[in-house]
Amino acid sequence: MPKRTGAQIIWECLVHEGVHTVFGYPGGAILPAYDAMLDYPVRHILVRHEQGATHMADGFARAGGGVGVAIATSGPGATNMVTGIATAMMDSSPIVCITGQVPSKLIGYDAFQETDITGITLPITKHSYLVTRVEDIMPAVKEAFHLAKSGRPGPVLVDVTKDAQQASVEWAWDPRPVQMRGYRPDYPITREDLTRAAALIRGSRRPVILAGQGVIQSGATRELVALAERIDAPIAMTLLGLGGVPASHPLNLGMMGMHGEAWVNHAIQEADLLMAFGMRFDDRVTGNVKTYAPHAKKIHVDIDPSEINKNVRADAAIVGDLRETLVDLLDVLEPADHEQWLAHIDAMKGDAAVRDIQKLPDTGHLYAAHVINDIWRITGGNAVVVTDVGQHQMWEAQYYHHETPRSLLTSGGLGTMGFALPAAIGAKIARPDAEVWAIVGDGGFQMTQAELATAAQEGIKINIAIINNGYLGMVRQWQEFFYERRYAATPLRNPDFVKIAEAHGLEGLRVEKRSQVNDVVERARAADGTVLIDFRVEQEDSVYPMVPAGADLHAMIRRPERTVLAETGADPI
Amino acid sequence: MHHTLVALVEDKPGVLNRVASLFRRRNFNIESLTVGRTAEPGISRMTIVIDSDQASAERVTAYLYKLVNVLQVEDLGTVPAVARDLALVKVAVAGHDRSALLRVVDETRAHIVDTGEQTMTLEITGEPPHVDAVIRRLEPLGIVEMVRTGQVAMRRGDSTLSAAQDS
Repeated sequence: MPKRTGAQIIWECLVHEGVHTVFGYPGGAILPAYDAMLDYPVRHILVRHEQGATHMADGFARAGGGVGVAIATSGPGATNMVTGIATAMMDSSPIVCITGQVPSKLIGYDAFQETDITGITLPITKHSYLVTRVEDIMPAVKEAFHLAKSGRPGPVLVDVTKDAQQASVEWAWDPRPVQMRGYRPDYPITREDLTRAAALIRGSRRPVILAGQGVIQSGATRELVALAERIDAPIAMTLLGLGGVPASHPLNLGMMGMHGEAWVNHAIQEADLLMAFGMRFDDRVTGNVKTYAPHAKKIHVDIDPSEINKNVRADAAIVGDLRETLVDLLDVLEPADHEQWLAHIDAMKGDAAVRDIQKLPDTGHLYAAHVINDIWRITGGNAVVVTDVGQHQMWEAQYYHHETPRSLLTSGGLGTMGFALPAAIGAKIARPDAEVWAIVGDGGFQMTQAELATAAQEGIKINIAIINNGYLGMVRQWQEFFYERRYAATPLRNPDFVKIAEAHGLEGLRVEKRSQVNDVVERARAADGTVLIDFRVEQEDSVYPMVPAGADLHAMIRRPERTVLAETGADPI
Repeated sequence: MHHTLVALVEDKPGVLNRVASLFRRRNFNIESLTVGRTAEPGISRMTIVIDSDQASAERVTAYLYKLVNVLQVEDLGTVPAVARDLALVKVAVAGHDRSALLRVVDETRAHIVDTGEQTMTLEITGEPPHVDAVIRRLEPLGIVEMVRTGQVAMRRGDSTLSAAQDS
């Protein structure tokens, strides 16, 4: 067997795992690995901050369906990854983070750039490894990939000491599949569970399917649509589930929860059966759990047994792969008809639609909802959209209608501002042929703005739409609704974003009127390089409807009957 | 309500930390936790006592299974089990009659494991309520130092918890 250094083994393993791109930032403790990298067919994207590397790996994984890889050095390099790792953990995104660690003899002595990164990330990783011997590198990396992508996916951290990277050993790739005694990613679906679930479905007159990210991760779109059509049940989407069922499908009601449409939340509250498919009853979708869907039996299907009965008690539960579960359910369920129920929901929709800002005439003001809806229209709904966190994120969910899985990437669980730009870069690398848009607020953009330099250096073409309202908009909205408009620390005096783009050698454009949107968006799409558009939108606009945190799901703050925009009385163009 | 969870775990660095961190992270309070070897090399056994309702005990069991190094978990509150706790109690004996102490020893199956000039050290082993009861009797005599191991527990009868089954 040939001899290999630990540093070489890292790359050998990554190449064997099918990795062609990594996102990283070098430093002392990871230098042996960086030196070895030059001899392997792997593209390295040099980020400007290690948080960016983790979000890029995350965006890469979410867009492409593979595992994203981020690399950093010890100490601050590793701690800078923490936010990105926690983001991936909350949204079950498969990433592997490789960090350098100080030489094993120095561990525990507070050496330069030493930090206990496996300890720090313990609660925010699916699993982690501290590797101090060269022989242990391959098993750790192989297990890391296996863990990251199997079962409920998630982030895995492999911390490798510098001496383990430098040591040599006789080495050959072990092609055997990973066997881990204490890890069971797949659960057999039992006949008994299926029968119980099927009986509840047969007995239901007002069913609602709740479709989460599990639909996307298990590749269950076709089966879910088939089931919904078979049993004539409407589908409510979680934020992370958007794209899992085509928005244009007549049974797709749209998004549920805090900023879900009123008819969706009302349907859930009136339902006699909820079929939760790959979703986890997050507090942002249930509101007050005590009054949540009070008339409904609940069927919960999830790959993670710890989600069952965690937030909402299930009357029937199936632990296992969602696609396989749906195939099994389709085998036993006969067609049903819920025409009255669907008509009832449709009638509620009519009421809400008249309040829709989208229906209002153009008065010259620029509204975020219009901008996003226009981007949807212009891109034909075919872009991969990566959003940040806040008002623009909710408007995107409401006004960009996603038809395909993995076309919306957003930080749902952790709500990480700064996610959009780096995740969009990662998404573009995973899917070079896709049109990628980062839709981001002016606040969140500035958190990871440095990654513009990464996009410029690496020649990555994405489009960036800054929804610039000069506020930390969602926080401002909460202050408006719940803190008597006392705008503590939410107004922003922003830099000139166009000039910032230009300083990076990128094109920057500005839009102040709705009539400009079309041309500018088209210009960005046609450009070869990354284009940043600064959309100067209405400053004190709010996202409706809104279920206040902890309130009953049906107790929504609805869109005002008359909006500021309507009151201006200006003529439609 | 007390739940006694038994977990068979791989004997690898950091496993105790992972388990303890899980309870902290999920906001469960550990009453006692013991860890030691089993008959099978490479496998350790933890006994964790928590105060929680049934639903929470089920939840924490599911979380424990998510830890890659955890092989088996059982809530011994749901099956017949033997439980033992051990205490070492150092009691002051200077300046008063030792006969009161010797009477407690006599009546409670406690053992004298060490004697000093000022103190006597007792070992008490038994079901946790038994150990509690003996300690209550010793309190008036003047406990100067005490240590308890926390509970260890095992199913009654022939059935066993083994890492091989069902993992």
